[in-house]
Amino acid sequence: MNRPHATPATPEADTPVGPAAHGDGTTPALIPPAALHRHLTDRLDGAARAWLDQALDEATAHSGTHGPISVWELRLAEAGRRCGPAHADAARVLILHAAHADADALTRVYFQGTADERRAVLHALPHLLTGADALPLVEDALRTNDTRLVAAAVGPYGARHLDAHAWRHAVLKCLFTGVALDQVADLARRARGDGELARMLGDYAEERSAAGRPVPADLHRVLALTEPATLTGTRGTDDPHGKES
Amino acid sequence: MRIFDPHIHMTSRTTDDYEAMYAAGVRAVVEPAFWLGQPRTSPASFLDYFDALLGWEPFRAAQYGIAHHCTLALNPKEANDPRCTPVLDALPRYLVKDNVVAVGEIGYDSMTPAEDTALAAQLQLAADHGLPALVHTPHRDKLAGLRRTLDVVRESALPMDRVLVDHLNETTVKEARDSGCWLGFSVYPDTKMDEERMVAILRAHGPERVLVNSAADWGKSDPLKTRKVADLMLAEGFTEDDVDRVLWRNPVAFYGLSGRLRLDVDTPEPTHEGNSILRGTPRDAPRPAGASATEA
Repeated sequence: MNRPHATPATPEADTPVGPAAHGDGTTPALIPPAALHRHLTDRLDGAARAWLDQALDEATAHSGTHGPISVWELRLAEAGRRCGPAHADAARVLILHAAHADADALTRVYFQGTADERRAVLHALPHLLTGADALPLVEDALRTNDTRLVAAAVGPYGARHLDAHAWRHAVLKCLFTGVALDQVADLARRARGDGELARMLGDYAEERSAAGRPVPADLHRVLALTEPATLTGTRGTDDPHGKES
Repeated sequence: MRIFDPHIHMTSRTTDDYEAMYAAGVRAVVEPAFWLGQPRTSPASFLDYFDALLGWEPFRAAQYGIAHHCTLALNPKEANDPRCTPVLDALPRYLVKDNVVAVGEIGYDSMTPAEDTALAAQLQLAADHGLPALVHTPHRDKLAGLRRTLDVVRESALPMDRVLVDHLNETTVKEARDSGCWLGFSVYPDTKMDEERMVAILRAHGPERVLVNSAADWGKSDPLKTRKVADLMLAEGFTEDDVDRVLWRNPVAFYGLSGRLRLDVDTPEPTHEGNSILRGTPRDAPRPAGASATEA
């Protein structure tokens, strides 16, 4: 329902890895960096491609922290005006990957970044980290009301590391703010058999109905996913959590 | 009619204002960093403010179909407070950001030595970062302040044609125009300029290098003053092209000097209930006015 950056900014904005991307397996968080690079190379114009190639070479050669601001951090900041808004997320993820940014570096550039840079850091997390060191960035993004940040926070890294309570609140926040649940990585696996999530969804549906407001269609979808695995698809409208009706 | 407000402090305004501005034809704004009314006591509160101008505020504007850019600086008033001046050391890492289209507001408030230092340092930062500068002229002793401002710009590395001198009026317009800088006029309900005087200045001096803004903030001000000036221009015999030049093409040309101006807006769809700024979509109006494509 929510489509961050819904209006194509440029004719080439149909790229599936730009900010217009849905959680349909095509966000920069879900595409391996090599494939992401090929995708961008095919779509950037000559000047932008040359800029990106040089930025990636510099990031590889001078990763780490140098002086007051490392050259790869400067390239990260200017990626939007160099590559265009439709390709900025992907370009930034590639720069972070080329610089081998670790948890400390990712934390620094996130908190020193614009909203666009912060979103790119969130997309880069699953490519660069295995541990939960950057979980505070996901938690920070989930505290914002910027739907573009919330959508990026519920990507694969958040799915891997958010605890049950924080994850349930993230799902509910997506429903509250209109972020499509397609954006939530690993939704079916994490929702399966989650009775507490089902209760929260049911209560939310009841609150909406009591106010005479529509219940988001996504709510019914995720409510169905909370059924225990063995029972999925076998229960009908007698769902005890189906208070939204 | 398309309108670019080149100086407005949207952080201090409501979503009702965004909605009314969109309906009046405003499609782009530049928000200069400035004084908040309440003095700051540390660089950290500047950084949070800069982050808001690069994060939350453009998101808010986009929900109403308005492109939002900002100018960043240590403002003249707080340049006098030694608790705040260390923010100058943090500015370089902010001035590389995509949405920053100038250094500003800089200039004079009380014309102190500390203000001299901050103005010169920030004109140099603008030159170093390929950015133009938005320079405020003082409320008190304005003509002397303008002359001192132009002297400092002439001594700086920034060419005069990359400087917008703002809050001009009848007493300062001629010298500013002769200097070769861009000319900014703030139209207010009670102070600074009003619509009638603005039109008289346009008639006397022409539309070349002239920008008109509302400078709306937390004080008594009106974010629709740009549209009111445009309407009066048309009523007084200016052409549609004149209006478009002053209210759109001139600000686009000035801030376009940064190479960072992007006037297409990525409008996120409305969010609902509770956590979004839209606070629930009205039952009979599923999209906010700002998200529709209706031309004013």
